[in-house]
Amino acid sequence: MCLGVPAKIIRVMDNNVAIVDVDDNELEISILLIPDVKIGQYVLVHAGFAMQVIDEESAQESMALIREMLKIRESGQYA
Amino acid sequence: MRNDTCMLKEMMNAIQEEDREVSLMEVCGTHTMAIAKSGIRQLLPPNIRLISGPGCPVCVTAQGDIDTVIELVKQNIILATFGDMMRVPGTGSSLQEARSGGADIRVVYSPLDALNLAMNNPSRELVFLGIGFETTAPVVGASIEMAQKMNLKNFSVLSLHKVIPPALEAIFADPEIRVDALICPGHVAMITGLDPYQKVAERYHKPCVVTGFGYSDILQGILMILIQIRKDQPRAEIQYGQIVKERGNLVAQEVLNKVFQPVDARWRGLGEIPQSGLEINERYQEFNARIKFDVPVIDDVPIKGCSCGEILTGKMYPHECPLFGKLCTTLNPIGPCMVSNEGACAAYYRYHPKRTVS
Repeated sequence: MCLGVPAKIIRVMDNNVAIVDVDDNELEISILLIPDVKIGQYVLVHAGFAMQVIDEESAQESMALIREMLKIRESGQYA
Repeated sequence: MRNDTCMLKEMMNAIQEEDREVSLMEVCGTHTMAIAKSGIRQLLPPNIRLISGPGCPVCVTAQGDIDTVIELVKQNIILATFGDMMRVPGTGSSLQEARSGGADIRVVYSPLDALNLAMNNPSRELVFLGIGFETTAPVVGASIEMAQKMNLKNFSVLSLHKVIPPALEAIFADPEIRVDALICPGHVAMITGLDPYQKVAERYHKPCVVTGFGYSDILQGILMILIQIRKDQPRAEIQYGQIVKERGNLVAQEVLNKVFQPVDARWRGLGEIPQSGLEINERYQEFNARIKFDVPVIDDVPIKGCSCGEILTGKMYPHECPLFGKLCTTLNPIGPCMVSNEGACAAYYRYHPKRTVS
């Protein structure tokens, strides 16, 4: 699945774990692949791991795209 | 690059001025889905063809490998897998059917969930099905490293992971496939960096532009390709600069190289491609399900009438498959290209169901 989910780092814990905000939901993810990440930064999350730091504008755009896709799915246009 | 309407129109105009016959391959399944959804295909002049590529990891998993997994779950294990794999038809069955028949199969979002399942079920063996390219393999690799640190005895991975560049070489080397340039996968390159695409571009003298997934990204990527063609300066280039750095993610690359080694692998539609698969290294062999369990190697039995192999290599459009939209739909898929969220047939079925796209 190529499309990563944008998330904002809200807490960095021990053992390469961070808490992120994804569209107002809090999730625990691994930051093993980008260990230098800081609170307030946006990251692209894939399969439970942060993969890359992204700027806020890109994060908002990605999130808008994902919300659009979710709307389509919820409306039943996906089989 | 932002979704400014004026900018989009300018780019579209510039693209529509192209009068050369060019075939661009959307390598990545997510690009196929994004392009189909965006309607860009219908706006392109007829001389610019966009064809699907092999960048859907579920779709390119060989039929025999699917059957192998269905055999594996008959043993007393818990199989943890990404959701996409559940409905992919094997020759006789599917994971979904196997689950209805009593096999213990759990859908997970992350291999970390699989690690948790192993920890919470110490008396059971947990096998994680590793499917995906260079974006996913480091995540699975990291999980194997974590399992080793935790000394987890009941966790292993069946790796069907693959890497993209050898498949691109196979496509360029195939005389039956007419491809002039590649729209390269943004998130795979986020990990690998530009280097593998530079090698492909140089060797085959074709533009390879690493592109993002928004409408403006895709248009800009196509425009960058056309400019390279017009100037006869083919090379690897990054359109998706916000996310893709030339060197990629070095930590992820280190995990990949530490946990996995390249092996020959079977691809649906492309056959066996040397050094295109990832097998778990000897150092982590206690986490290799192929060594831990009886994992049979099964020959591919082609699905009658299914054209996934041709569609994955751009030789055919989904509409040209005799089963498309009739016997094979998203509700009743015959082949993986209709099942996967990134499958070309699923993309066409959802966004171009009645149109014939030339």
